[in-house]
Amino acid sequence: MYVLIAGGGKAGANVMRTLLRHGHEATIIEQDRDRYERLEAEFEHQAMNGDATELFVLEKAGIKRPPDLVLALTGDDEDNLVISQLAKEKYGVPKVIARVNDPRNQPHFDLLGISPTVCATSSILGLVEHEVPEHDLIHLLELRKENLEIVEVQIDKSSPSAGKTVEKLRLPEGSRLISVMRDGKAEIAVGSTELQPGDQVLAILQPGKEDELRQILLKK
Amino acid sequence: MKLIVIGCGRVGSTIAKRFAAEGWDVTAVDEKEAALNRLGEDWTGGFVVGHGMDTAVLRKAGIEDADSVVVSTDGDNTNLVIGQVAQKRFGIDCTVVRILDPARAEFYTSRGLRTVCPTSTAIDALSDAVRTCVIPQREEATV
Repeated sequence: MYVLIAGGGKAGANVMRTLLRHGHEATIIEQDRDRYERLEAEFEHQAMNGDATELFVLEKAGIKRPPDLVLALTGDDEDNLVISQLAKEKYGVPKVIARVNDPRNQPHFDLLGISPTVCATSSILGLVEHEVPEHDLIHLLELRKENLEIVEVQIDKSSPSAGKTVEKLRLPEGSRLISVMRDGKAEIAVGSTELQPGDQVLAILQPGKEDELRQILLKK
Repeated sequence: MKLIVIGCGRVGSTIAKRFAAEGWDVTAVDEKEAALNRLGEDWTGGFVVGHGMDTAVLRKAGIEDADSVVVSTDGDNTNLVIGQVAQKRFGIDCTVVRILDPARAEFYTSRGLRTVCPTSTAIDALSDAVRTCVIPQREEATV
């Protein structure tokens, strides 16, 4: 496999190292001269100095072949967006993975069809939310291609859904309950499953339905 | 007519002032508050401090009912992303983006973004200037 990596920071350099160890062919592009020199000492001719949003730099790195995979891992979201668009739409790279540095920029990646994306901050936030005992609705997984997401909802005493069976709930269209976790045991949610305070419920839904679901399951 | 100018440097501020003088409702957006100085003391249009990548900033500037958006920050890639957000998320057809790199300008123009590339303009103007001054000299020499 041939992989082109834009951005030679910690993420880029580590991915590069792993790919080479697994026998893949890879090139890493870094703009900063000092950082490039450190990469060059380690990766020799497989490191390139330049701005990966410049077409001639990408072309010198072999984007016209095209690579099987391009990783846009710079510390700048605008750059990652442009690199991804150029790779996919101009050079026909089959797979592009982009790093999102600021989670507030995620909608821009979605708008421009850049997927999959990886955002360290969002992952950390997700984990933190999970550790907070009194959370209400948290996002566990986004299935971008399917346009669905999986969320976890914590039922409490004042939730309107507590004491009701799943079939009695008027769940919003485009949503479904998956499972109920009670006393450390998970069960698949069926029509006759009764929700109780303390239950952790997994649900699958279309993005944008969170508020409706929250209303049905949680709102006082 | 309502115009939003994102990036209030030498280019952006002049465009903002020009259109305001023509009676347009103009709001300028810049990361730095000091950019307001470029608009002059008698500026009566809008001014929002913030980054154009932030949709909350764009909304505050009134992008939802803008007729036109000019994107002229000093970063090509920033301009490309903001331009596409204005065009695709907010549906502003008359979005005009400044791109210094002719190669990126050409690609994004082919994808339906209205770009202006001052570098290409400068190349053309300089080439024309060379041609128009060299030719008469040569004629003079042969006469």
